[in-house]
Amino acid sequence: MIQIHCPYCGETLPELEFAYAGEAHIDRPESPSAQTDEEWAEFLFMRQNVKGPHFERWRHLHGCGRFFNAVRNTITDRFYITYKAGEPRPDLATLLEEDNK
Amino acid sequence: MSKHISSLAPSVVVDTAAARVAVSQMIGRISLRARGDLAAVGQAIGVELPTQIGARAKADGIEVACLGPDEWTVLVSLGQIEKVEDALAALYPSLPHSMTEVTGREVTFTIEGPQAVELLSIGAPRDLSTIKVGQARRMFFDGATVVLWRDAETSFRMDVWNSFASFLATTLETGAKELAAELA
Ligand SMILES: [Zn+2]
Repeated sequence: MIQIHCPYCGETLPELEFAYAGEAHIDRPESPSAQTDEEWAEFLFMRQNVKGPHFERWRHLHGCGRFFNAVRNTITDRFYITYKAGEPRPDLATLLEEDNK
Repeated sequence: MSKHISSLAPSVVVDTAAARVAVSQMIGRISLRARGDLAAVGQAIGVELPTQIGARAKADGIEVACLGPDEWTVLVSLGQIEKVEDALAALYPSLPHSMTEVTGREVTFTIEGPQAVELLSIGAPRDLSTIKVGQARRMFFDGATVVLWRDAETSFRMDVWNSFASFLATTLETGAKELAAELA
């Protein structure tokens, strides 16, 4: 079973306590009514579907309940990092370099 | 105060050489969400709010566990519910927060005995040794979200939503009997 580190609890816990919540760092448009249908569809539906390191959201559903962000390799399921919601997007090259050490 | 309903009456679920599981008497429960001046919130309740997730505090019969960065569960006697509610309501204008009485939502199992940890491990994927005596956690147990309080090495309380209670009671009963059978 995958072990996931919750940045709020500060604990590494079994995957079963968590729920996947889609791609991370997608901002809801400030004024939705000003969007064209195409722009709105882009926001609602279009995702990168990354093969490899993916910035994504998780929720510690059966624990603290918080949403947080993670960078996970969609091929190997390796988690490079998890960080609190609202924190800046970490630099991917640095993360991968750290991971290779 | 909400209407108090409970799916399971206080009773012994199972009592074996491995573990004993019982349904506790009804107590008052308050779900609390707050940010900002937590000292003022603690003062209103009468217990200083712990801020580390999993940490607990207790004073004057009121027990608090920190479940999330801004979330606590508060256990009080039935007679204290109104006092705590009134104190928090008085604080509300200066410090908006969320307080919901959920007394009727849950029941508590006490789980104790030499193999209490083994019994819990049949439904909990997490490592129970990381929940120290005197701590509590919200966690996953056999398909349900529960709050587990560790009162001693082999003495626990488990708060369970009513809709899961009879199902989890069956899990705990089966487990306690199987563990006892292995001892025999
Ligand atoms: Zn957590």
